[in-house]
Order: sequence, then structure tokens, then C-alpha cells
Amino acid sequence: MTVVVVDLGTGNLRSVAKAVEHVAGRQKVVVSHLPDVIRSADRVVLPGQGAIGTWMKQLEQEHIREVIMEALLNKPVLGICLGLQALFESSTEYEGHTCLGLLPGKVEHFAQYLTDIDSHLTIPHMGWNNVKQSGAHPLWNGIKDQARFYFVHSYFGRCVNPNHETGSCDYGISFTAAAATDNIFATQFHPEKSQHDGLRLIENFVSWNI
Amino acid sequence: MGLAKRIIPCMDVENGRIVKGVKFVEIRDAGDPVEAAIRYDEQGADEITFLDIRASADNKETIIDVVKRVAEEVFIPLTVGGGVRVLEDIHRLLLAGADKVGINTTAVFNPDFIIEASKHFGNQCIVVSIDAKTVSADGETPCWEIFTHGGRKPTGLDAVEWSKKMQDNGAGEILLTSMDRDGTRNGFNLPLTHAITEAVSIPVIASGGVGNLDHLVDGVLKGGADAVLAASIFHFGDYTVQQAKAHMAAAGIEMRL
Repeated sequence: MTVVVVDLGTGNLRSVAKAVEHVAGRQKVVVSHLPDVIRSADRVVLPGQGAIGTWMKQLEQEHIREVIMEALLNKPVLGICLGLQALFESSTEYEGHTCLGLLPGKVEHFAQYLTDIDSHLTIPHMGWNNVKQSGAHPLWNGIKDQARFYFVHSYFGRCVNPNHETGSCDYGISFTAAAATDNIFATQFHPEKSQHDGLRLIENFVSWNI
Repeated sequence: MGLAKRIIPCMDVENGRIVKGVKFVEIRDAGDPVEAAIRYDEQGADEITFLDIRASADNKETIIDVVKRVAEEVFIPLTVGGGVRVLEDIHRLLLAGADKVGINTTAVFNPDFIIEASKHFGNQCIVVSIDAKTVSADGETPCWEIFTHGGRKPTGLDAVEWSKKMQDNGAGEILLTSMDRDGTRNGFNLPLTHAITEAVSIPVIASGGVGNLDHLVDGVLKGGADAVLAASIFHFGDYTVQQAKAHMAAAGIEMRL
């Protein structure tokens, strides 16, 4: 069994890979941007940090948009941060970008929602916040409802279809902290930086049978 | 419930050891950074910061090695600062396992570097470190100036204006150190902290001067900081991170316990 951590040149790729290695047990963990490696992997971790436009462009430049779309439709995929945002239909970041469109909904900036009343709320939303679980899911096994996870982001998405939202978080506004389809689980927070509960979530992912 | 304030143990690293000085001088040894990082993680630290206080070519390699070893075992955010001059320095630190990179002197000499760095790596990983010193006399309107080179060189830059400029240039966070207080254990410079947190909308980490747990509380409640950084009180065993968090929570501050 092989878990591939997709390398799109983003920020803390190594942190993600190390966390997956830490809990992967006998599964092999590889970091790659090669279509063949991604295609042959059993599980795919899709991390991302930084700007969504750059990230989407990278998908095209590395010629992996197609193979990622295949994975998103039939393999266990763990999306992290931009790996969640990219699943929505569009993002308002910079000039606006079209995303992969697997989850109805769009990605917006906090500044549009944080009013003067909330002016003590800084942007980026950075630090440990509670995640309310919408219901049972294999990836929440062993993790308490309202457990704290580490967030760092200025944009957020909201699922239009409530069945997709598996976790929510409040920061002046309620947004999607985790979303899932039959084979995808994607988080706005960083499980790789969320200590015990984060590692547990990744461990649940590597043993998730879809 | 809601976003928690953060406690960040900070290690000044030189030749692979933690060192700690008073007002940036009188440096003494404070242990092994990898062991300490693991201990602070177990105690519930919300993040860990390493500052390469020498930033020579040799020390750069040493700190990369420290970060690599810590990142194998510690799964909370790691910030590394000191000696970041070019984009490749940031890239190397991120590859070693850092999540955020602190930039100080280079930002002062080339403010556009922050624009470039945040565009390239995203503003979430660009922390601008500001070392500020009070330059107004008692009784005057308070005024703080930015200093570089471990506090030896004045720059003529006003700390409040500079913080706003760094936010505009794409900094994701500000690490604000009061040089008047660093290592004194007399508490944060609260007027300075308050002035900066009022001026910017990005998170501000208060640093410099923590001597007891009430100082941490003051940094948040009076200074308006989103995170508090401390060194000596943890390195020399006065308090554990756990004790610090419990104390802050008892004062009504939202904490991750």
C-alpha cells in the first residue's frame, strides 16, 4: 500500500510528509508530483498553502490535474487547507479563480464578514480553534467533538450541501472546517500541525476503507 | 470556545545550544534545543520558535539540523528566524520542517523582500520580527524605534508605522520584541504592545520581559496580543507551559488546555 503526498511546491510539504510517515505504519509514503506515481498510489494526500491561483496553475503545469481528478472520484483522498478550498466551485482570492467544482460552494475572504464588532479578530485566522463535528465519520474516530485544531488561513469555504460538511468552525462566521464525499475528507485546518488529534486524524485516514 | 490565545516557548540558538541573554547581552547556556522542544510540546506549547542569534554560515547549518530533528517528533507549528536574506533561505527552512519563517534585518534593508516572500510562499508563513526600543523620554508621548543587529543599530524607523508597512507588504504575523525588556523579567512593554496591536489587523506575538505568569496574562488582556512568547521562565524551569496555560485560563483567557 502506498500513500502519495502530492508535491505542488507549496510551503510546508515536508511537515505533511513527516506527519503521514509518523502514522503510516507499514504503508509506504512517497512525495511526488509525477502523474504515474499519483495514479498508482492507493491513497492521496493533497496539501496546499499559499495562493490558490498559483496552486491551481501548478496542477496544470505539472500535468496532474487529470490524475488528481481521477483520484478525487475514486480513491481515498485527504485534502489539507488549499486541498479543501480547491474542491469548491470558485474562490474570490485575488481576481477570482475557478476551482475543481466537486463541492458546491465558494471560497471567500474573512474581511468581507468580520465587522467592526469583530475588529478584535485578526486575519489570518491563526491558531487553535474548536471544530464541531457534524456527525460520525471514520476520520473522527477517537477524536472528541469540539477538539482544537491548528488553523492558518484568510480564506474559507462553506458547503452549500450540508451533507458534505463534516466539521465546522466559528471565527466571526461559521465556516466549513472539514468536508467529505464518499472517498474524500478535506480539512481547512492543518492536521499535520495539530498534535495528537491531528495525527489521529491522519492515522484514521491511512486506515480508511471507502 | 473559539480561537485560543497561544503560548510560544522561544529558543535563541547558538552553536546548537539554547542561550539566553539579558537585553540581548550577558548570554548564558540554557540547554539542548531538541530536548527542550520535545518537552515543551508534551507540556502543551501551542507553537515553538527558534531564533538563530548568530546567523553565520555554520550556525545556519546547525539550526537546519535542529529543525529537522524536531520536526521528526513534534507536530505543532515551528517558526524559525535569523539570518534570512534570500528566498532560498526560506525555502531551505521550510524544507527542513519549519512552518513559518521570521524575517527581521532583511526586511529593514529591503522592505520589498516581504512582498516577494509572501507572494512566493504565502503570507501565512512570513513572520516579520520587530525589535523595538523606547526612544522617548519619560513624560513625552511614547515613541519606539526599530533596531537591527541584535539591537545594536538604530534605523530611524518608527515601530508603529513600520508594523503597518509590514502588514501592507504581506506579513502574516508580527513578532514584537521589546528590547528594553528582553531578559529583564519585568514584564512585556505593554504600551508598545498595545500600540502595535491597535495599529494592525494581523496577529501580534508579544515578546521580551516575561518573568512570571501574570506578565503573560497582561500581554493578552492589556497589550491585546494574540500570542505570548517567553524563554527564560521555561528554560530555567520556573514554570511549565502547562502551568502558564492554566494560569491564563484562570484569568478568563481562551486557551487550548
